[in-house]
Parts: sequence; structure tokens; C-alpha cells
Amino acid sequence: MTTKVEIQNLTKIFGKKERQALELVKEGHSKDDILAKTGATVGVNKASFKVEQGEIFVIMGLSGSGKSTLVRMLNRLIEPTEGNILIDGDDIAKMNKEQLRNVRREKVSMVFQNFGLFPHRTILENTEYGLEVQGVDKAERQEKAEKALDNAGLLPYKDQRPNQLSGGMQQRVGLARALANDPEILLMDEAFSALDPLIRRDMQDELLEMQETLHKTIIFITHDLNESLRIGDRIAIMKDGEVVQVGTGEEILTNPANEYVERFVEDVDRSKVLTAENIMVRPETIRLRQSGPRVALQRMKASDHSNMLVVDKNNILKGYVTDADVMDAVKQDKKDLVDVVRTDIPRVTKDTLINELYTLIHDSQTPVAVVDEDDKLIGIVVRGLVLGALVKEEREEELINE
Amino acid sequence: MNSTILDQIPRLPVSEWMANIITWLTQNLSWFFGAIRDGGSWTMDVLTDFLLWVHPIVFIVLLVALAFFASQKKLGLPIFTLLGLLYIYNQGLWEPLMYTITLVLIASLLSIIIGVPVGIWMAKSATANWIITPILDFMQTMPAFVYLIPAVAFFGIGMVPGVFSAVIFALPPTVRFTNLGIRQVDDEMIEAAESFGSTGSQRLFKVELPLAKATIMAGINQTVLLALSMVVIASMIGAPGLGERVINALQRAQVGPGFVAGFALVVLAIILDRVLQGFNKDKTK
Repeated sequence: MTTKVEIQNLTKIFGKKERQALELVKEGHSKDDILAKTGATVGVNKASFKVEQGEIFVIMGLSGSGKSTLVRMLNRLIEPTEGNILIDGDDIAKMNKEQLRNVRREKVSMVFQNFGLFPHRTILENTEYGLEVQGVDKAERQEKAEKALDNAGLLPYKDQRPNQLSGGMQQRVGLARALANDPEILLMDEAFSALDPLIRRDMQDELLEMQETLHKTIIFITHDLNESLRIGDRIAIMKDGEVVQVGTGEEILTNPANEYVERFVEDVDRSKVLTAENIMVRPETIRLRQSGPRVALQRMKASDHSNMLVVDKNNILKGYVTDADVMDAVKQDKKDLVDVVRTDIPRVTKDTLINELYTLIHDSQTPVAVVDEDDKLIGIVVRGLVLGALVKEEREEELINE
Repeated sequence: MNSTILDQIPRLPVSEWMANIITWLTQNLSWFFGAIRDGGSWTMDVLTDFLLWVHPIVFIVLLVALAFFASQKKLGLPIFTLLGLLYIYNQGLWEPLMYTITLVLIASLLSIIIGVPVGIWMAKSATANWIITPILDFMQTMPAFVYLIPAVAFFGIGMVPGVFSAVIFALPPTVRFTNLGIRQVDDEMIEAAESFGSTGSQRLFKVELPLAKATIMAGINQTVLLALSMVVIASMIGAPGLGERVINALQRAQVGPGFVAGFALVVLAIILDRVLQGFNKDKTK
């Protein structure tokens, strides 16, 4: 993986007292604080992250969080107040007009929330626009534009005007136009937000499908967490102009960096996203052959568990023992646990969804064991954890993260 | 009236200043104004001669056809145009009509040639906008007759001072509407144009002007009608045409001829307005 886009300490201040506000930003004052002191609005506050080549990087935040400002600084539709924007190592923020224009023409294309199609041009002429401003001759640019439209299944509509097409089709044109000059980076600003939910889902699928063959570096802005989780390889969450967390969807859901992120993610249907891996805990185990009933009983007493998992020396799950059985074994003065090991324990893999776990655990007297392909024990899921994850209790300390 | 402190302030010689400025301009730039006058009258004479050379029947047929297409092939406007022009010819006003058309045409063209670029400049530059807006306000609120005085001082009497005062009077709507039209272009259109690496002029000609076209055309429509009204007033300083007939009738208190010429002007105004509006609608669909 190579870094395609990197931003360092990117800051944007709107308003008159820019310098003064910038000083306050550097001192770490909050957005509200700076507004009260200087009247200047901090659009983006020292944002830094790296985007890898070929990934879909989602920037998510509520309106006013600075996400749209941030994406517009990447191609300098909005001039940054301070900070660096490195694309392939070249600093966009320091470029002159000519160099910037070349980057916009060759490397970075943009897709807009309200499609940004020119109403006075036909679909084909819209798609040609990027090539036209580069001075590509008419025959060549038409050929490329027609190919881009054909890929989107829109060639039959090429002579129509944008307002004759539905919203979903218009945004396909927006995407085809952005792809017509074969950019390396796509900036998508709330590209699907103006579409109704079913169309939006289709567009997300099409984007993912397209990405499988084209491998563009895509920076996607959205306020919709489900959309982020669906399409994002990694997600950056913004609040008040700051990037508060960057990580995969799983990381953000299971381990929100702060209360804000937690609140943001709380309306997601957790049961659909979380898997056994996210909520399993380190099991109390006892090794067969190595320890006898007395040790088992002692450890169960110490840890206040009524049962304990039994593994062999390679950590392969053999079953479990209950306190009552172990007590009997001690009374009968047995030296081995083999006779009292029960094997009726549910086993799942780490990718099992939490709503499946819920039914399993409901019918089971024992915890659910999480094992890998070789039956090696990697964790257990207990009833309280499943419910806890579903109702989102404080659980972070108990979690095993990758 | 009692003498107050206000009367202690001596009268500022504003009218003397203005008179001095105009005198200085006429004396020192007479070669410049002379050249404009000569070039202008020559051009306008040629145009009027050409319009008069075209046979009235041909002229009427062409205008009716224009009205037909402008009104999207409906019949109302072409019929009105036909009857209106026949009426004007019938009343013996064909020659003054051609003079008036020449004046309106030239004044409107000059207003567009000056006004559209100035409007673009205002849309692009906050400073230009800040400076030019009050000048436009001044031009529009100053009574139209006042323009006649410097026009006479610079160009004497005739068609050229008529066009000069008409341009000053008719220019503001084109400037304002061009400015407005470009400023009204949706931010997302500008961002789209910019994001593909358009140069300033590509953005202007491929995106901003086409999208502002309807608004600019509305401004031009206003300009043409204002030019027509000023051309009538300019008859007071010797501009020929229908207005001249109206002024003559006014001075002699002749109701009949006054009405005939005045009605001819109304006909011309309606034709100009509806044809321009018709074409504007057609383009924006």
C-alpha cells in the first residue's frame, strides 16, 4: 500500500481575523471559543490523515462538521488557511494556478451532491467537459465520453439534457463525467445523499462494483453512517472541524474514540454489523492432562465461575466442565478430568453475526465458544456480552480487539 | 424669510464647475468628439439608406416571419406585426420609422457592446462592483433631458447626440442584469467548472455566460425599450424619426398627427419587446 493523498494539519478559517484565529487554533482552543473571541469560524481544525492508493476513504460528519470544506481543500476549490495537502508527495497547497489546473485536469475529479451537471449542455457534452477544457480534439473526446457513458449504461441518453433524466441517472452521468478523463483520485461530496434510499443503495453497489475493476482512490463525503459502513474501507469521523477518529468501520463501531463518535454510531443496528470477534472475551480455560479436578475446583472458586472450558496443550477445545461434576470427581478422588468433560458446547467462528449468537446463547446453558478452523479456542461469548453489545453498555474494557 | 446661519454659507459654484468641465472637454477634445460625430453620422446614414432601400413589402414580410418564429409559430404576434407595419406605412411614417429603427439599433448595439463586458467585470471584481454601482444609480436617476445638454455640447445636433444620450440612458439594465446573471449562477456549477481545471475564460464562456443568458437577455430587452424611449426624447435635439413627428405635433398642439405618430411608436415598442422576449424564452427551454 502506498499513500496517495496525505493531509497534514490542514486548517481553514472563515472570517476576518484569520491570523488571530489561527493562533488560537494552534493553542488548541475550541471552535466555539474562537468564534466568541474573534468572530472567525473554524471550518477545519488541524486535520491530518493519510489515504492509501486504491481505497475508498469515507469522511463522515454531521452538517457543519467541516467535511465539505475539507474535501474542497483537497482540490483547492477552497483555499486552505494553513497546512499541507500532499498528492503523490506534491503539495497542492503550494502550487501556482497552472500547476493546480493540471492536477485538476489529470489527477482529481469531483462528483457533486446535486450532480453539478450543466443544464445547457447535453449529457454527452457534459461528459466531455473535462476533456474539452484540456483541449482534447472533438473526435477523441467524444469517443472517450461515449465510452464512459456506455460503461454507465447511459449511451442512449447522450443527446438529452440533464433535466430530462431522473436523479439517479443524473448522478451516473456525474460519475461518468468524473471518470471520462481517467483521474487517479475521485472526490465524491455527498454524492448519493440527494437520491432516495433504494436508488442510493444501487448507486453504492455500482460504485463498489466499479471500484473492483478501476481501483481509483476515492474520498467519499457523507453524513450517513450506514453508507460509510457499506462502502468505506476506512472512515474518518469529523466534528467541529476536527478529525476525531480514523479507522475501519469495525474499529469505529466497537471502539468509539470518544462520546461523540459513540453517539454518532448509536443509531446503527449493531446486531447486523457486530460479529463474535467483536464481543468475545478471553476465556478461563483449564488444560486437560496437566491439571486435575482439585485445581479446576480451586480456580472456579477463585474466578467465581460455575463452569470452565477445557483445552489440550495446543489450545484445541475439548469441552467444558461444571463445578458440580468437578466436585463429584474430587469426592471420588479422581486424578483426571477426562471423565467429567462435557462436549455439548456451541461452537461458532469469529465471523458469526451477533444476532445469530443471540439465538444460540439463549438456548444454551454454557457460554458459546469461538474457535478457528482447527477447533482452536480463541474466545468465548457469554450471554451478558451479547445483550450488552445490543444495548450498548460500557464494555470496552472487556473487549478483545484485534 | 429670515436670514439664518445657513444663508451665511456662500453658494457653491457647482453649475460653473460643471460648465467649465464641459467647456474644457469640448475645446480640448473637439477632434475626438468630431471624429465620433462624423463616423457616427456616416454609419447611421448608411444604415438608414439601406433600410430605406429595402422595399417595404420585403421588410414587412421579413419582420412578420421573425415575429412568427419568435412567438413559437403562434399567429397573434405575426398578425399584429403585419397590421402595425401596414398602418405605419399607410400613415406615411415609413421613413421616420426607419430613422427610429436605426437609432434604436445603434444605441442598443453600443449599449450591449459596452454593457455586457462591464457587467462581467462587475461580477468578477468586488472593487469594480463597488465603484460602478453608484455610477449606474446616477445614470438611471438623473432626468433623461439632462443628458441632452452635454450631448449637444459635444456633438451638436442630429442623430449622434441622440444615440449618445440614448446609450447613457439605456446602458444600466444590460450592465446590471449581466452582473446579476453571472452572480446568480449556482455555486455548484462554478465548482464543477473549476474542479475540471477550467481556465477563467473557459469558465466564463462555457459555463457562466450560457447560464446567465436568460437574465442578460432580459436586461437587453430593457435596454432596447429604454433606447426607444430616449430616441423619442432626443428628437428635441434634432434626432430624426417618429419622435420628431411627435415633438412637432406637440409644439403646434396638433392632436391628430401627434396621436398618429405616437401610436406608431407604441406599435414599434410592442413588436420589439415581444420579439426579443420570444427569442429569449425559446433559448432557455
